[in-house]
Amino acid sequence: MDIIKIISITGSALLLIAVLELIRRGRLKERYSLLWLFSSVVLLFLSLSRGVLETISKWIGIYYPPSLLFLVAFVFLLLITLHFSAVISGLSEKNKKLAQEVALLQQSVEEVRRQRAGHG
Amino acid sequence: MKTLIIVPAYNEEESLPGVIQDLRDHMPDADILVVDDGSRDHTALAAKKRDVLVVSLPFNLGIGGAMQTGYLYAWKNGYDIAIQFDGDGQHKAEEIGSLIGTLESGRADMVVGSRFLRLSTYRPSFFRQLGIWIFSKVLSAVLGMKVTDPTSGFRAVNYNVLTFFAHMYPEDYPEVESIVLLHRAGMRTEEVAVDMRNRTGGRSSITPVRSVYYMVKVLLAVFIDLLKRK
Repeated sequence: MDIIKIISITGSALLLIAVLELIRRGRLKERYSLLWLFSSVVLLFLSLSRGVLETISKWIGIYYPPSLLFLVAFVFLLLITLHFSAVISGLSEKNKKLAQEVALLQQSVEEVRRQRAGHG
Repeated sequence: MKTLIIVPAYNEEESLPGVIQDLRDHMPDADILVVDDGSRDHTALAAKKRDVLVVSLPFNLGIGGAMQTGYLYAWKNGYDIAIQFDGDGQHKAEEIGSLIGTLESGRADMVVGSRFLRLSTYRPSFFRQLGIWIFSKVLSAVLGMKVTDPTSGFRAVNYNVLTFFAHMYPEDYPEVESIVLLHRAGMRTEEVAVDMRNRTGGRSSITPVRSVYYMVKVLLAVFIDLLKRK
């Protein structure tokens, strides 16, 4: 087994273990871990089966098959960061709504207090 | 007509007292709501001392988020008309009457006070003028109607529009984009000639670097609004 194969298998296996461990400890929610799980499984599979890696590389014109691993990892990273941007957009919208509701609630609480003080 | 004057204010403790006095003098029957957009000075206190309604956002949301808070308040409390009136003192309360008059004629759902419909004493900087010129050309072309002052934050809206804005309002630099949103929602915007003062206190939020971001962001938003499905 050549060094590059050992490195790529170890690397993708460690990634998979890290993702699984984070899910198990509840540090990573399932809905945000799907892309990570999927990409680490695909990378591990490609690292293990030299045949598939070489076939795909030849097919799309990559001369050095392990480069395909970088390409796959890069595409997954793009997808993951795009997904995060969408998630952050949703969160910032919710955050804004919460801030507005909190401010309006605080105003109506103060209003009620003032009215009570006026009557009492 | 139950009218709410929404005054978005970010660090405007110096100019706010004058603004409130001006509004009281010319619009005695309207309610005044100051939206303190997470100011670091005593904006909220300055407003409370003058016995107006005050909503304090827990952190700075930007003009879009602050104005939307005002529209939410207007919508939840059953107002018929909402006015946007800046907290920095550049708008004149005596001109609100003509905005409301046009709104009540039923010709428009939103009335925007324009500095460029007739000769006015307001003189923006060259770059600001250039930006306004580009926006007005783009908007006029895109909407098929004449818009002379798309960045003006001096506006009056009826119940339909305040309900619409309470639920959907652009985040930063909302003035230009909101005109496009309303147009797409089938509501009418009309401009009325107004005069504006030069600022009495505080600083404009538009710096040279931000103005480029402003330009790109707003134009992008305008075109994306056009692409979005209704």
